[in-house]
Amino acid sequence: MTPPITINHLIALSGVLFAIGLVGVVTRRNVLLILLSLEILLSAANLAFVAFSRSLGDLSGQIMVFFVMIVAAAEVTVGLAITVLLSRHGGKLNADELKSLKW
Amino acid sequence: MIHPVLFYVLSGLIVASAVGVILARHPLYAVLSLVVTLFSLSALFICLHAFFVAAIQVLIYAGAVLVLFIFVVMLLDMAPEVVFRAKSWTMISVGTALGFLILWQTAAVSLRLQAPSAPGPVIDGTTAAVGRILFTAYALPFEAASLLLLVGIIGAIVLAKKQL
Repeated sequence: MTPPITINHLIALSGVLFAIGLVGVVTRRNVLLILLSLEILLSAANLAFVAFSRSLGDLSGQIMVFFVMIVAAAEVTVGLAITVLLSRHGGKLNADELKSLKW
Repeated sequence: MIHPVLFYVLSGLIVASAVGVILARHPLYAVLSLVVTLFSLSALFICLHAFFVAAIQVLIYAGAVLVLFIFVVMLLDMAPEVVFRAKSWTMISVGTALGFLILWQTAAVSLRLQAPSAPGPVIDGTTAAVGRILFTAYALPFEAASLLLLVGIIGAIVLAKKQL
């Protein structure tokens, strides 16, 4: 019989998910895939919020997840608009080659 | 809390598909892999009695946000060879080291974490229960969030339009 699932398991899963997302943000160089990895990071935070909300019997954590999703939606909208703009001006989407803001 | 078998199956799915997102060669496969991650997370939320959050996870994340991603991937017509990976090994090693640092820290925290001695009551995160708190205690942040969405819409239009 396996031991019951506790908050520790859920926080560990959230940490693993966060580490995967972080590796994705640092190692991928396509702007679109960096945005996708950011979504994994936000989801890891959401999982931790829901886990603590369940453990403490308090719904505030779930409200926080709602706000995180709103921020993620706004971030994706603006981020994808910038991606489309980048591909229209020169077509380069490699984060290492984008240095038009440097002077 | 959750049945252990269900938890391990779901977390295996979540971790495997998240690894798929950061390793996929074609952006479309990465997006589809993220859909699997978000759906499994939503199932986990249902097991944690967060029904409202699970529903908006499917509707907003897997529905709206990822459809937007797929639109852009197809619009830009990214061939697999256009996908860039970090060419320098320093970047890859720094990234992996950062990942292991985070893993180590979370392992330390999650091993030390004690469940509350008197666990709180089980509250179902239904739409009614969440909405009651959202429109009373969190009414002002809710209005601020609507303002943020408005700014996001205007920003996207201003950025993506060819000529204003």
